[in-house]
Amino acid sequence: MTNVPVEGIKIPDIAHPEPQNNWRKYFSFSTDHKVIGIQYLVTSFVFFLIGGLLSMVIRAELITPPADLIDRTLYNSMFTMHGTIMIFLWIFPSLVGLANYLVPLMIGARDMAFPRLNAAAFWMVPVFGILLMTSYFLPSGTAQAGWWSYPPVSTQNPTDSVITGEFIWILAVAISGVSSIMGAVNFVTTIVRMRAPGMTYFRMPAYVWTVLSAQLIQLAALPALTAGAIMLLFDAAAGTAFFNPEKGGNPVLFQHFFWFYSHPAVYVMVLPIFGVFSEIFPVYSRKPLFGYKVVAVSSLLISGVSVLVWVHHMYASGTPGWMRMLFMASTMLVAVPTGIKVFAWVATIWKGKLRLDTPMLFCLGALLMFVFAGVTGVMLASVPIDIHVNNTYFVVGHFHYIVFGTITMGMFAALYHWFPKMTGRMYFEGLGKVHFILAFIGTNLCFLPMHLAGLHGMVRRVSSYDPEFAFSNVLASLGGFLLGMSTIPFILNMVGSWAQGKPAPDNPWRAIGLEWLVSSPPPVENFEALPIVVSGPYGYGKSDPLVENAAALKEG
Amino acid sequence: MDSSISTEKSDVAIAAHAAHAHEEDHAGNSMFGFIVFLLSESVIFLSFFAGYILLKTTTPDWLPAGVSGLEVSKPAINTVVLVSSSFVAYFAERALKQNNLLVFRLLWLLTMAMGIYFLAGQAIEWSELEFGFGDGVYGGMFYLLTGFHGLHVLTGVLLMGIMLAKSFVPNNYAGGHTGVDATSLFWHFVDVIWIILFVLIYIWQ
Repeated sequence: MTNVPVEGIKIPDIAHPEPQNNWRKYFSFSTDHKVIGIQYLVTSFVFFLIGGLLSMVIRAELITPPADLIDRTLYNSMFTMHGTIMIFLWIFPSLVGLANYLVPLMIGARDMAFPRLNAAAFWMVPVFGILLMTSYFLPSGTAQAGWWSYPPVSTQNPTDSVITGEFIWILAVAISGVSSIMGAVNFVTTIVRMRAPGMTYFRMPAYVWTVLSAQLIQLAALPALTAGAIMLLFDAAAGTAFFNPEKGGNPVLFQHFFWFYSHPAVYVMVLPIFGVFSEIFPVYSRKPLFGYKVVAVSSLLISGVSVLVWVHHMYASGTPGWMRMLFMASTMLVAVPTGIKVFAWVATIWKGKLRLDTPMLFCLGALLMFVFAGVTGVMLASVPIDIHVNNTYFVVGHFHYIVFGTITMGMFAALYHWFPKMTGRMYFEGLGKVHFILAFIGTNLCFLPMHLAGLHGMVRRVSSYDPEFAFSNVLASLGGFLLGMSTIPFILNMVGSWAQGKPAPDNPWRAIGLEWLVSSPPPVENFEALPIVVSGPYGYGKSDPLVENAAALKEG
Repeated sequence: MDSSISTEKSDVAIAAHAAHAHEEDHAGNSMFGFIVFLLSESVIFLSFFAGYILLKTTTPDWLPAGVSGLEVSKPAINTVVLVSSSFVAYFAERALKQNNLLVFRLLWLLTMAMGIYFLAGQAIEWSELEFGFGDGVYGGMFYLLTGFHGLHVLTGVLLMGIMLAKSFVPNNYAGGHTGVDATSLFWHFVDVIWIILFVLIYIWQ
């Protein structure tokens, strides 16, 4: 015990081996959850740009009815890679990055439960991202079976290559899965076991509830995709017959494996954005979140129902009638907890003192588009409508209102809202508003006409189409190009503000939350002394303090 | 009012104390995280089992031509050995908690030996079978399930080897027995999976 004082001097030296604002830390195997969070966000944004570029090529091809711009095979590769990159390399990692940054701060922890596991999970993202990109250089080209990789299409090997694009695709998705499970174990352990004193479950911000719910889905459902992917890999590479009907296998079984995960995965993606809404609306309306406890619990309800709805993707896959009915009912049930949330947000904004800064604009726009996507979602849950529009642009329009209109717009809201906290600088409000206007018009111009084309029967994943759909497609392409343009003010804003923005105070939005009680950006290990939480998360309009020891949280 | 505030404050103080202890509780975090991981891992097996049941009940020619089924007696002995090893592992863990390192090492080594016996038995069974991985859905499923489980047994044996080696490091147990506890839990998990697997593949033919 005599060497305790010596250790007391040595440990801080080891814990802070480099200066605080060293940019090199973002290129190192850092175990600080805030560095890892930003690493995730920046890496995933680079892939967002790549995936976006692919969609520009797709929209350029579709601006005229004939397939006149690129080879059809290349077109197949384009939409496959666009979907794969946007889901596995943009939405998932960017949300994990945001959660990585915010969760420990919001629950009053110094870091995640397993910091090294956290760093390892992050570094898999660039690895499998680059791996996926290398498939462009293979003789077979990239995977071309769409992001869902249904057999028998995905097990074909027309170029007779040893390593096919599909093989690389499965490998990349598998590494992504390992990374996600490592992250999920870490988040669940952190939220359950690392909360600050007094931070009971019902004092956690709603965002933390949504992250917990989303990560529980990952743990419960992702392994099903892993199982399906292993079997698919053996079918493609080792000559097994799991999904090969010629040798007695069943291709629909893969669809079950795939959607058992990939439908709940939609909730993994959208739940944290619901959390972002629940954080941002109260701040910019100056009112407590309406029905906080119900909103918090409805996240878990969504998780629970989400694993019971996957067959609605397979109404047209020879699914028996009773099963269709069952899954139609369970799918529509999702609208209940989701509707609760929407009403809670509307009630939060209702008669509030609205402040229309960029994060609030993005949230309002995203909420509007989410309600629209929810309406078309309930339509699609209904068997007769789904059979009619199955595999058409109606479906494409619907889910882009979720993945872009809701999730990506919500992510932008979060990035603007927490930008001052992450960087210690303010962003430029004018550029933010330009970004919002371009993105909002672009999203609706791009994805709304798709519904029309789909209702009239335009199928997805084709590079040529009947001239009767030309008008919708011209509109969609113009909207798509506008969306591409809209990232320019965003990039200028983020890079310019980080370099030269006004220094941000600790709490520029007068928001309530543990993350706003420490400096911007927060120091390594976040809190000088652990916060002792004494009240709930949304005390707007009240004067109750959030913590007992606010002064002790910051150094000096 | 006053009294309620003061009780609340003392509650908070107690909670603060507990949470500080929590913050230091890395071993507890590791065990919790490992259990969460195992629950998730079990879903892969559940998915394979679901796929097996679906394919077995719907495939018209389940067994490949010329295959009559599996011989049960030798795998049954294997099963008994593997399941018993779980009890041996339990007693090893208990010996460690009583600081009886010698008994722990002996029993732990015995568990490893039983695991290796199981793996060897399975290797012999595989080599004597008349169908391969590519022989219909049945062949694929059989090798997939037993192989994936076998990989877990191998992982368990390797983990136990590491734990055994670590037991010779001085002061290894100063921070608790989390490594041994987690390995032991993993071993029980692998056993339970095998019991389900044995019923599905060998009993239900």
